[in-house]
Amino acid sequence: MIVLLGVLVVILGFVTRRNPVLVVGVAGIVTGLLGRMNPLEVLAAFGRSFADSRSVTVFAIVLPVIGLLERYGLREQARTLIGRLGKLSAGRFLAVYLLIRQVTAAFGLNSIGGPAQTVRPLVAPMAEAAAERTTGGPLPDRLREKVRSFAASSDTVGLFFGEDCFIAIGSILLITGFVNSTYHQQLEPTQLALWAIPLAVCALVVHGARLLLLDRKLEREMALHAAENELPPPPRAAASRTGNGSEEAGK
Amino acid sequence: MIKVEWLYWLIGLVFVVMAAQMAADRTNPKRWTSAAFWGLLGLTFPYGTGVVNAELNAAQPGSASWTLPAEPLGLAVLALIVLAGFNFIGKGVPVTTTTAQREASAARLGSKIFIPALTIPVVAIVCASFLDGSGLFETGKATLIGLGLGCIAALAVGMFVTGERKISVPLHAGRSMLEAMGSALLLPQLLAVLGSIFAVAGVGTQVGTLVNDVLPNNSKYLAVIAYCVGMFLFTVIMGNAFAAFPVMTAAIGWPVLIQQMHGNEAAVLAIGMLAGFSGTLCTPMAANFNIVPASLLELKDQYGPIKAQLPTGLVLLGCNIVIMALFAY
Repeated sequence: MIVLLGVLVVILGFVTRRNPVLVVGVAGIVTGLLGRMNPLEVLAAFGRSFADSRSVTVFAIVLPVIGLLERYGLREQARTLIGRLGKLSAGRFLAVYLLIRQVTAAFGLNSIGGPAQTVRPLVAPMAEAAAERTTGGPLPDRLREKVRSFAASSDTVGLFFGEDCFIAIGSILLITGFVNSTYHQQLEPTQLALWAIPLAVCALVVHGARLLLLDRKLEREMALHAAENELPPPPRAAASRTGNGSEEAGK
Repeated sequence: MIKVEWLYWLIGLVFVVMAAQMAADRTNPKRWTSAAFWGLLGLTFPYGTGVVNAELNAAQPGSASWTLPAEPLGLAVLALIVLAGFNFIGKGVPVTTTTAQREASAARLGSKIFIPALTIPVVAIVCASFLDGSGLFETGKATLIGLGLGCIAALAVGMFVTGERKISVPLHAGRSMLEAMGSALLLPQLLAVLGSIFAVAGVGTQVGTLVNDVLPNNSKYLAVIAYCVGMFLFTVIMGNAFAAFPVMTAAIGWPVLIQQMHGNEAAVLAIGMLAGFSGTLCTPMAANFNIVPASLLELKDQYGPIKAQLPTGLVLLGCNIVIMALFAY
């Protein structure tokens, strides 16, 4: 029971917002020692699992390419592209991305997106540009963060609740592997993937609806922001109906 | 045959080269410790090959030709934790283009600039879908290797499309992003370490026992709720539904929901796993999905993506419970 103190270290650390690297490091050492490992065994466990989990850092290899393209205006071009798509609001755009991410992941194409490959260079700037157009002005920092956060969320939700509909994905193979070897069953991946479909639909409806509500929230908060800063209210009603949001809130 | 270890060596090399650039960067007030951090991280990648080889040899003697002990790598990880945990890593002033230059370049290149960006997923997907099992790649690693090959191809295409001649430019640009991310880049790997230490120390078994103790007998709906909420909470703690699944399934899913109450196996297990995925949406422990995007998007609030996902995760947990209760019996 005492090894659960390691979990407590993690929870306390994250709740009190300590440096997460430090929290995780301390929790690992504490749990290892409480679990009756000697210091050398703890070191070896750190080393072995660090070597085993190198694949989660592989995404860093994307950074030089994305950095190069951003230098040459990738994000600016992404904004221009979304500008041509008439009435597409940030919420609608992200809902469409969510659907695309789910459908492609359901066909096993889960490496098509990701925070480094698509969200930072393409999805987030497009969503920001769409939000600025429909609300009629440059976004204040807080709302910009909100739009970016929702851009990241549509990628993650789409991946999680799409990939399980595909039979050759890690989680499905983990289930069949575990159950078939532990309990001597003959469970087929297709049976499991079938049950992922209703949840995929739920995820699309729930997160899609929240993305569409994001549009209204943005408009409301933009009006509030304008009022707080004693600016003339942005021409949001006109902008969102006609798609003509190029006039900026006066500043 | 292309091995995934080659990709790790390439990443290690990139980190080491970037660390050398950092050491020479006088605009970074912490340039020496920053260079030490990224350089050491880079060295852990090839060193890790030796550690993995030792594990392979332990499982099947003679399967790897050279091995290295794991303890020095553990010590290096502790050093990385100290460097990142006590804010010894900093960043320099990036040399980059101005907004006006970027807009002019975007106007000049037009949508051609998307071609290299799209090269990455196209190559990755071709490798994962068509070349897996062709003998060209190490078995089961086609997706990772495809991502690496996609990046190399995209870099070549990108240099061609933009007309950039110097390889130092993408390296510098990538380094600036690396510096902006800082220690968040290390976190996913550290959490994987924590997860495996939790497993070795028996945290999972303890949580399973706890859940079993509080589980009420003979109520189907309560057992469904206990399994789904258990998967959710356990995943929030461990940051990974894969770690939660065997424990919760051994504690409730299999003995109670399937054997005792005769639930549909596939429904119970598939939906149980997805209850865990709902938890992954809500936890900073799943750093690669929830914290890394925040730092990549340069958010001030590193919990921004989690806040955007939390309501969805909770509602989906409810959906999991309802669907399992209705359709698994």
